[in-house]
This record gives sequence, C-alpha cells and structure tokens, in this order.
Amino acid sequence: MTALPVTAPVPGRRSRPGRAWIVGGAVIAALALAPLAAVAVIAAGDSGDIWGHLATTVLPGYVWTTVQLMALVAVGTLVIGTGTAWLVAVCRFPGRRILEWALLLPLAVPAYVIAYVYTDLLEYAGPVQTALRDLFGWRTSRDYWFPEIRSLGGAAAMMTLVLYPYVYLLARTAFREQAGGVLEVARTLGRGPWRAFVTVALPLARPAVAVGVALALMETLNDFGTVSYFAVHTLTAGLYGVWLTMGSTIGAAQIGLVMLSFVAALVMLERRGRQGRRHHAVRPRTAVLPLAGARAWLATAACAAPVVLGFVVPASVLAGYALPRLDQALAGGYGTAALHSLGLAIGAGVLAVTVAVFLAYARRLGRGRALHGLLNATMLGYAIPGAVLAIGVLVPFGALDNAIDGLARDLFGVSTGLLLSGSVAALLYAYVARFLAMAYGAVDAGLGRVRPGLDMAARTLGAGPGRILGRIHLPLLRGSLVTAGLLVFVDTMKELPATLILRPFDFDTLAVQVYQYASDELLAQAAPGALTIVLAGLLPVILLSRTLERRDTP
Amino acid sequence: MIRTALLTAGLVAAAVPALAEVNVYTDRQPFLIQPIFDAFTEQTGTEVNVVFAKSGIAERLEAEGANSPADLVITSDIGHLNDLVERGLAQPVTTETLEAAVPDAYRHPEGLWWGLTKRARVIYASRERVPEGAIETYGALAGPEWEGRVCTRAGDHTYQVSLVAAHLAHEGPEATRAWLEGLKNNLARKPQGNDRAQVKAIWQGECDVALGNSYYMGKMLEDPEQQEWAESVYIVFPDLAGHGTHMNVSGAAVTKAAPHKADALALLDFMVSDTAQDLYAQRNHEYPVKEGVAPSDLLKSWGDFTGDDIPLVEVAGNRDAALRLVHEVDYNSGP
Repeated sequence: MTALPVTAPVPGRRSRPGRAWIVGGAVIAALALAPLAAVAVIAAGDSGDIWGHLATTVLPGYVWTTVQLMALVAVGTLVIGTGTAWLVAVCRFPGRRILEWALLLPLAVPAYVIAYVYTDLLEYAGPVQTALRDLFGWRTSRDYWFPEIRSLGGAAAMMTLVLYPYVYLLARTAFREQAGGVLEVARTLGRGPWRAFVTVALPLARPAVAVGVALALMETLNDFGTVSYFAVHTLTAGLYGVWLTMGSTIGAAQIGLVMLSFVAALVMLERRGRQGRRHHAVRPRTAVLPLAGARAWLATAACAAPVVLGFVVPASVLAGYALPRLDQALAGGYGTAALHSLGLAIGAGVLAVTVAVFLAYARRLGRGRALHGLLNATMLGYAIPGAVLAIGVLVPFGALDNAIDGLARDLFGVSTGLLLSGSVAALLYAYVARFLAMAYGAVDAGLGRVRPGLDMAARTLGAGPGRILGRIHLPLLRGSLVTAGLLVFVDTMKELPATLILRPFDFDTLAVQVYQYASDELLAQAAPGALTIVLAGLLPVILLSRTLERRDTP
Repeated sequence: MIRTALLTAGLVAAAVPALAEVNVYTDRQPFLIQPIFDAFTEQTGTEVNVVFAKSGIAERLEAEGANSPADLVITSDIGHLNDLVERGLAQPVTTETLEAAVPDAYRHPEGLWWGLTKRARVIYASRERVPEGAIETYGALAGPEWEGRVCTRAGDHTYQVSLVAAHLAHEGPEATRAWLEGLKNNLARKPQGNDRAQVKAIWQGECDVALGNSYYMGKMLEDPEQQEWAESVYIVFPDLAGHGTHMNVSGAAVTKAAPHKADALALLDFMVSDTAQDLYAQRNHEYPVKEGVAPSDLLKSWGDFTGDDIPLVEVAGNRDAALRLVHEVDYNSGP
C-alpha cells in the first residue's frame, strides 16, 4: 500500500475552488435561462400560416416602427444621460448637489404613468391647448397646429424622460471613478473642457454608457403600456395582438424570438464596446471645474430640465389628483398592496444582486468562452415583454410541480398539488430572470474596474476566491452593488405584466392597482397608487445618493 | 408573504380538508365583479379567491394542468371564451338554473361556456353635430358623408374583431372588406385609445361619431370628469344587415381541472340570479342575460332596440378571418 497521494496546487494553473465557482455560475445562468428556453420551445410549435399572413400585412411596419423608436430613445438617453452626468461629476454650478441625486428621480416614474400624465396635459382638451386657444381665440383643432403627443415621437420622448437615468447613473459613476485624474492630465496637456469630455472622458466611460443605453433600449423594446396607449405599433404591440386576438401563444412566442434577435444585437454591441477596454479605477476623486455667470446657470437649467419634465411635472399632476382622494385611497387595500410591492421589490433586489455577484465573479475567475456565451444569453431576459417571460416561467414551474405531484402520488399516495406555481417564489424567480441583466451589468462593470493585480496579489498571499470576493471585491464594489440593487428594486415596483400573470390569489401590488384604473382611463383613481410607486422609488434613490457621497469624501 | 406562499403552495390545502371556496381567474377588473362575489359569500359562506390578469390566463391553466387550483374563468369577450374552448381548458357543465336563465344564442351548445351579461356595440353620436336619425346602421359608417368624422379604437382589439366577425357571418368576406375599407377611409384619426377615449374625442370636436360598448355611457356618467364627455353624445343602436345591433357577452367557463366544481356551479347559478343580474345592471350598466330581469332605468333611457340573436359561437368561428381582414386593409394605420 502506498501512501495517499497528496495533491499540491500546481504553480501557474488555476486551483480547484475557482472551478466550483465556474460550475456554480453555469448552473445559475442555466436556471436564469430556463424561461427563455421555455419560450423557445413554445415557439418551435406550429403556428399555421400566421407568419405568411403577418409578413405580407403588418409585420414590416412593426419592425420599422420599433427601429425608429429605439433609435430616437438611444439618442435621447445618450445626450441627456451623459451630458448631465458630465456636468454633475466635473463642473461646479448652482444647485449641483441637489441635482446630482434629483436627476435619478424620473427612474421612479413608470413609462405608462408619465404617458397618461402628459396626454392629460397636452391633448386637445388638456390645460395647455385650452390656454392657447383662449389666448389666441382659436376655436377648433383645425385652426392651429400642435404636436400630437400620441405619436411615435411622443412615445420616444416619454421613454427618454424616464429611461435616461440608467445612462446618467452609470455614466456618472464612471466619470467619478475614472475621469478625475485623467481629466486633469488632459487639461494640463492643453485640452479644453469640451474636448476633454469628447476625446478622453467619454471614451473612458464607454463601457458604462453602453450598459446604460442597452438597458434603456431593452426597456423600450419590451414596453407595452406606452405604445399601446399611444397607438404606436411596435413588435411588442404586434406580439400582444397575435397573442390576445389571434389566441396564438406560439405565434406570440415566435415574435418574442424575433425581438430577441434585436436584443442579441444590442448585447453584442455592448460587449464589443467593452472589449479590450477594461479601464481599471484610479483612486476616485472629484475634479471640479467651476462655472461662472451665465454658463453656470445654463448648466443648472440643463440639469434641472430633465428632472422637472421627468419627475416634478408628473408627480405634481398625480398629487393633484391623489390628494383629494387620499382617505378613499387608503381605505381600498392600499396598505396591503404597498407591503406586497415593497416586500417583492426588496426580495428581488437582494436576490438579483446576489446572483449577479456570483455570476460576475465566476466570469472573472473563468476564462472559458462557454460561460461567457451563457452569461450573455441570460441578459436577454430583460428585453422580452414581461408577459412572455411569465409564460416561460409558468411552463417549467408547472411541469416541475406536476412531476413532484405525480411522484408523491406514486410513492406515498398523497397529492402535493402545485407547490411553486402561483406562489411568491414563482414571482421572485421571474423578477430575477427578468432584471438580472440590469444587476449583472452594473456589478460586472464595477468588477471590471478593479485591477486584476489585486486578485493576483491576494492569491499569492494564499487567499481563496471566496475570501478574495468577501475581503476585497465586495467592499470595493459597494457603490455598484447598491446601484444594481436600486435598479432592480425600482423596476420590480413598476413591473406589471409578469406580476399579473404569476401572482397568487387575492394578491395585489401597487402596479396592479394602478393598472386596473389606468386601463379604464380613470387617471384620478389610479393616481394614489401611482404616486406611492413614485414615492417608494424615492427612498432607494436617496439611499443611493448618500452612499455615493460617502464614497466621495474619504 | 410567507403565509400566502404556503397557502398557495397547497401545503395547507393538502393537510386539511378543502374549505368551501371557489377560485376564479378573470380579466375583468376586480372593482367590477367583487361586489357580486361579496354578495355570494354573504349568502352561501363560500369564499371566492380571485386572480385578475389581462393576459396569460389560458397559458397559466395549461401549465398548471390537472393540478390547477382554478375552478372558473370569467372573461369579458366571446373571443376569450372561445380561446378556452379551443385549447381544451373548459369542461361542459349545466344546471337547471343556467338552462332556464341563459338564452341559446348566448351560451355554448355543450355548456363549455355561459354568457353572464350582454353588451351592445353602439354608435356614439355628437349631440351638437349629428341630428337624430342621421345614422342608423353600421354600414352607413363607411358612406361618403362620414368622411373624416369617425373614431374607433384599434381594429385588432377584441371588441372590434367581434363586430367584424359578426359582419362576416351575415354579409360574407367581399362586403365586409369593402365596409372595413370604407370605415378606415372615414376615420378622423389613427385608431387609438379605448372606447371611452372615442367619446372624449367627440367631445373635443375631433370626430362626430364613434363605435363603443354600451356600458361605457353609464360609467362615464358616474365619473365627475367624464360626465361632460358623456353628455356631449347620444347612443344609436345601429342595425347590422337587418339583424339588429351587434351583441357580445361577458361569460364564464368551468375549467377542466376545477377542484371545487360544485361550488363553482353554485357561483354560476348565483351570477344569473335576479340579485346578481340586477347588481351587474346597476353597477356595470350591462344588459342582463337572463330574460325577464329588467335593465336599470338608465339603460332603459337609452331606448329599446333589437339585439342580433346570431349564436355567438358562430361569431367566434369568424374571428380569425375577421382579424386577417383587419390586417389586410391595414386598419390601424388610419385614414
């Protein structure tokens, strides 16, 4: 008998624990992908001649409208998001400290709510046009021209107003963490502030900005509330038509896959933007470029405008409707709905960030292409309409529950019924599958800014991957983690279609309550719930801005 | 939340004998039907649990399979009822009460679904700009004198599709296509918004006539802001090819898996009782499906009319072809 072989780590090769992370990452990624796979399986069914019919009638229009809408939102969020982030991160002007966090506020406003509010204000019977008619003595809509809010341009404007914070949030963090020192160098070398922004800061922030724009576009792609209200026929609107009116789940799943090809293109663009451009953090510092006189006030106005249009106006209109009905609103089950919303949003936020950290770290440890592909694929969940993803959740959960039930009947002669279907667990699973892209994007971008040298140094000193994550990365990543959690929290608060389909009996959330009324054009009754969603969204925004500030002042 | 999770997970249900309860999936807003469920619970002691969802009900039933907790699906259009039947998710049921209350035209011949309330698809006409008698048929909406004066919601919405399907059933594809094209040409704007928004557009002066379901009139009159819209229009019950005004139903189907079938049938019986039919009429301004129950005073004030009594299963059979026509004339792109 020989002695048991002693395994010693081979120098120059990755040690075993790293592999466990990679395998774990693959398993989690596969779980997150299950709903998408289920949609693909459904789409593989026979939908008859629906495609021939659609392709010769309405489909080309759907695609073209979708492309136009995405292009407009991309330009809008890019300009507003990076412009304000740059001003806030680098310049000093009146009101900067308030605007710095206020610029996040529109994130709390659901797109369908802002669409209702602006229609109320800007349509023919709204206060704006009425005032104009009174002022100029016009009598009917044939006497003058006024931009139609219910249009492609209107939808793009609404979405830009509530989606630019994604770009702002990520770009500001990037400008903060990277651009400070670099900018000083650029300035020393004779670049003006504008050229420094365009030639140095923007390219450096590109990974973060790309993530932000990709998130905004994915949300544009899957929006149904706004486009259906504005009669803008995008692919999502077409998908609902096929599903609800033609009664074809298969056809709807197939359009869902067409939409996925849009997202796949977005994800690839974003990844290419990042390739070979991992910028690792220098010590965060705030470079301050004091502005004076008119330029300072111009900066204030530029940063205040999106806040006013995207938050102050809708919140005021909602408050105007809600306050006279406050007692009525509080009586109608709002407390329970609010608790449900908060509980789900916190649960989904924590879960999604945990999963995102695991995945991002596994990706950092492993260099295999398979895991990269798998991880990129999990990002797709964000871009298909929530209702379609919900169908993808129903199928595997139903199959699992029925399999367990069958087994229990065979073995013990008892029925377990449905364990997970129609439970809170199914809801949380759907939220994580849907919003993982957001959390992962933020965490991965943050992790990418931590120099690999730190890992190597810690490894040399004998620390395992878990210890390195806990002692080095997580503390460094705190800002990114809070960002990721906030994004998921706010989006879960707003989430509607998947919640409607998957929730348990007699289980309302605020978004469900708002939708009930808003879908009947009862804006006044919807206002208290909508306002609560917006206000609940404020808490994490304030929390976030405080976390960021603490980091800035060491 | 944990408690709810356990309850719904069926752990509790597996351990104790079933309570008297009925589980309902519905696309009707809870604030509309809850009062009827409350009245049922008060009378029988049976609890009614509800999931409200606008889409995905059929898919959820399919995924849950034989273990689905749902007993009853209550839905607002013949299209959705038909979808449940086609997917094999409904089971045939009947009771003496249902047989006596629901006329043949408004139920499935094998009892796979039962109509609970009726609604007419009417023309809303401007009091100011449309003299009484100026329009009396759906067909007239496609005529040259209405060019640029008509508003409707999206052509592929289920209410519009059902109307087109009824037109197809009576008049055939050629005439229906011509009518749809004429209607599209006469639109004042791109189809958008819901039925209420069409009335609002008349009030704003954007159009003079609009298509909409009858009960919206009652709902608008109840809303302090919308009252003014409602008062700017009057209701015309248009004729469809000599058969009367197009009717649709909200209805219910008992699911194939229904674990509480007896209680579900009791709820169905209750929903066609005089009490519930009256509640529907008073609260939702829908027409009672049960013969002999008088509509509310408000409904009576809109006038008498002949409803098309073509069996709704026949209309449902034409829905697919109707939707294709809507796509082919590209109705949603507007005038």
